[in-house]
Amino acid sequence: MQRIGVFVCHCGTNIAATVDVKAVAEALKYEPGVVVSTEYQYMCSEAGQELIKNAIKENALTGVVVCSCSPRMHEATFRKTVAAAGLNPYMLEIANIREQVSWIHKNIEEATEKAIILGRAAIAKVHLNAPLTAGESPVVKRALVIGGGIAGIQTALDIAEAGFEVDIVEKNPTIGGKMTQLDKTFPTLDCAACILTPKMVDCAQNDKIKIYSYSEVSEVKGFVGNFDVTIKRKARYVDENKCTGCGLCTEKCPQKKVPNEFNLGLDNRRAIYIPFAQAVPKIATIDADYCTMLKSGKCGVCSKVCTAGAIDYKQEDSFVNEKYGAIVVATGFNPIKLDKYDEFAYSQSADVITSLELERLMNAAGPNGGTLLRPSDKKHPHRIAFIQCVGSRCDDGKGKSYCSKICCMYTAKHAMLIREKYPDTEVYVFYIDVRTPGKNFDEFYRRAVEEYGVNYIKGMVGKVLPEPDGTLTVRASDLLNGTQLNLSCDLVVLAAAIEPDKSARPLATMLTASMDTNDFFTEAHPKLRPVESPTAGIFLSGACQGPKDIPETVSQASACAAKVIGLLAKNTLKGNPCVAHSDELLCNGCSSCEKVCPYGAISYSDKEFRINGKMVTRRVASVNPAVCQGCGACTVACPSGAMDLNGFSNSQIMAEVDAICKW
Amino acid sequence: MDLKEQVLIMSGVDVRKCMACGKCSGACPSYNEMEYHPHQFVSMVKKGNIEPLMKSESVYKCLTCYACIERCPRGVEPAKLIEAIRLLAVRPQGSNHIKADDIPSLLDPELPQQAIVTAFRKYSK
Amino acid sequence: MTYSYYPGCTLKTKAKELDRTARLCAEKLGANLRELDNWQCCGGAYTASSDEIATKLSSVRALLEAESREEDIITLCSACHNVLKRVRNDLTNDANFAFKVNNYVKPEKPFEGKTRVIHFLEFLRDEVGFDNLREKVVNPFTGKKIAAYYGCLLLRPSGVMDMDDPENPKILEDFIRAIGGEPVMYPYRNECCGGYVALEDKSATVKKSEKIVASADGFGADIIITACPLCLYNLESAKGNSEVKYFTELLAHALGIKEA
Repeated sequence: MQRIGVFVCHCGTNIAATVDVKAVAEALKYEPGVVVSTEYQYMCSEAGQELIKNAIKENALTGVVVCSCSPRMHEATFRKTVAAAGLNPYMLEIANIREQVSWIHKNIEEATEKAIILGRAAIAKVHLNAPLTAGESPVVKRALVIGGGIAGIQTALDIAEAGFEVDIVEKNPTIGGKMTQLDKTFPTLDCAACILTPKMVDCAQNDKIKIYSYSEVSEVKGFVGNFDVTIKRKARYVDENKCTGCGLCTEKCPQKKVPNEFNLGLDNRRAIYIPFAQAVPKIATIDADYCTMLKSGKCGVCSKVCTAGAIDYKQEDSFVNEKYGAIVVATGFNPIKLDKYDEFAYSQSADVITSLELERLMNAAGPNGGTLLRPSDKKHPHRIAFIQCVGSRCDDGKGKSYCSKICCMYTAKHAMLIREKYPDTEVYVFYIDVRTPGKNFDEFYRRAVEEYGVNYIKGMVGKVLPEPDGTLTVRASDLLNGTQLNLSCDLVVLAAAIEPDKSARPLATMLTASMDTNDFFTEAHPKLRPVESPTAGIFLSGACQGPKDIPETVSQASACAAKVIGLLAKNTLKGNPCVAHSDELLCNGCSSCEKVCPYGAISYSDKEFRINGKMVTRRVASVNPAVCQGCGACTVACPSGAMDLNGFSNSQIMAEVDAICKW
Repeated sequence: MDLKEQVLIMSGVDVRKCMACGKCSGACPSYNEMEYHPHQFVSMVKKGNIEPLMKSESVYKCLTCYACIERCPRGVEPAKLIEAIRLLAVRPQGSNHIKADDIPSLLDPELPQQAIVTAFRKYSK
Repeated sequence: MTYSYYPGCTLKTKAKELDRTARLCAEKLGANLRELDNWQCCGGAYTASSDEIATKLSSVRALLEAESREEDIITLCSACHNVLKRVRNDLTNDANFAFKVNNYVKPEKPFEGKTRVIHFLEFLRDEVGFDNLREKVVNPFTGKKIAAYYGCLLLRPSGVMDMDDPENPKILEDFIRAIGGEPVMYPYRNECCGGYVALEDKSATVKKSEKIVASADGFGADIIITACPLCLYNLESAKGNSEVKYFTELLAHALGIKEA
């Protein structure tokens, strides 16, 4: 018989306002095996933990039940507490009477009753608990960063700085991401390329960093400290080791009509291309969708002009296997497609553009060499309207429910830059709210208004009407003046909502990392563990976790690196002892468990057994405890009851259910 | 049941979803003929200030073209509020906005029947 | 293929051309339009109020009759189409409405939702197919710049009408291409013409229609086509340069129908 102590936490008023904590402690006192039952205001505080430790020693307790918040919050805390008092940490059970009781119930009587029932279930379970010891596994001292934008670059540089090896996998031919497409950056208006390209070069030159450009992660196996990753190196039809990046091929290629994604299709590139002059690595790539040689076997111009002999039309996708201790997701964002918001006429007029397209039009390396000209007739626009929140803050089944966070600031930047460079151009910004929380952000916006004379109009645009004379009539509310405006403009710029990159969802599945309904990666804790995924060993950097501007992305990227370094600095990791095991005598070899295991932790082998005096060979399951994450899927799938989970055994769970139903 | 509740039930509109962006009024083709504009219908209903809306000619200027409904980023449906308030105004006996006797003087011989039946449905009960 | 046909009040009076040309085109395309026996006027406008029953009963009866014939309903007038389609949506999605209506109408069999409400344009796109239609054209409108006018009733509310993208529709443009014409893109094609306000305040509807016609003219339209008699009336009142026609008039000509 266990000797059990029960400790009921008030959590200030979080629990105590809705649950009669004294009544819970009193009721649980009379449960079988309970030798002490008490309550305290903050059980997780030092004094609360002392109370538990003393009770263990004074009453020679063998098991502990804490009725408190979710085990996700403080199970680790209380395990340390009981271990400090000499108990095995797995002799602790938590009854969650906060998230599952006080926060979701209003009636005190009902809540108290439910808290007592959950306490009883935990007590029933502790009776069947056995001491567990965690195994140890070694840590591979190398990190993988998926995505080579500013987030991935910063995380990789910081990890390398600490002396660990780090690989960057980037799906495009160059690292740099969205920031390479930006002109200036708020709130200081420094040139994006000037501050980004040195970091890109640092990545290339750092001997701890390896860049897999034009590559994708195709498979992830293993677990924290020991991931086994397959990287697909897409065929670029150019030998990376031979190409010098001279660019001659990109000038001679006769296929000139390929939409240039770097300039968002505002101009064309060749079928063999280097995305931009500062690309890292500076290696040419052949676009197989447009290359005449690859499509019809006739051409070969690039091969003829390449003095390095780097062109290889026969190149195929190849695969690399690497082991990593930690994986960083830095897959970034994209502006949404605007086809569902065609009241703004994006698909009907070339002079309705997105903000990212404006970045290219304003950029010295852009399609117009930095001179702002209308796409339709290459004329200088004299009146420009910016429309905010296109697809953001929407509950219309078409857009995104969230605020995209970066648009207010980059629009103020655009407006200011245009007024600075073209003082004869009038600029209007149609806004719902101007949101500028950030250091020097509101001051920046006010400068746009007060110094640069940008016209901010509170009211959303209802429709953009392309007129026969080539102008665009912007029909909008002017809420402060109580009028409807019909403003004749030359150019309209839409602040399109941003969304996670499409590669994020399949990657999350590969990593078993959780996502929210918008496909942003979920943090382990929104406040206290913002750069970690709930899946151990998976870390989050940049806009894959939520909309972010550059300063915030870089801060988070460095925070993420710190967490990765903390992991890689360890030689071994304590495993989770709550893993599955198979009773080989009960196992019938059906493979059900192997099929449902999401971690590939179960394997089958033939073993000899003595049955009724005869030796018999049978096929049975065994679990690799280093790989098993203790999810329990196998125990449910097993038809013969051979699979069981340490710490959550079938008998423990049934005891909990019985305790609840007995009530 | 007070007027506000009546309007909310008849229209099925959740006015609390409005974020006051004004897109409805930016889309309205009858804006200049209206005393109260679509976004004001939403905010005045939210406040329970229904009577001025019932008395206003604005309810007869709405074309029920649904541009405001189609383009509202929050799914608020201002035109349905206007419809409900117009019904509250014309339903009581003797409150018809257009009477059969008015028709002959208004009638253009080329006007399709559709316009007359629609106007009657909108303006009279 | 046989369809129940709901002409509506205006097609029997001021818009006889829309009715006549549509019937001839349907015949030429091998579709049998059987006019509903006891149709009543749809009322011209759908009343979007949860407590309205009576104004929707004529549509309910039309739907019930068509379903008892095991046929879909074809409509032409945008207003009839809007009202019938939205009442059908209420009948199939609003159990409370269906309950009240069934208590009132006492049908032999309540509406099950088998009968669909199809606009003649949808019939051309989804049943005939614009590619097939193109092959049947004998008098193409080659070189003619034709502006499609949708107005509001065909497209909105898009969730229920479900005909096309409400902001950038293409069904009429595809139709124009099928009959050999060149569609004119202009931003007013889905802006309201002013509708029934024409009765009380014609200056208001003329003002709105003038903008529409001026925009179509400005983009070089020779002809404006529409499906709605009231749109046609309002657009004609604006006195622009382009002719305003029912789309079925052009179709009948394109198909080489002599009577047209």
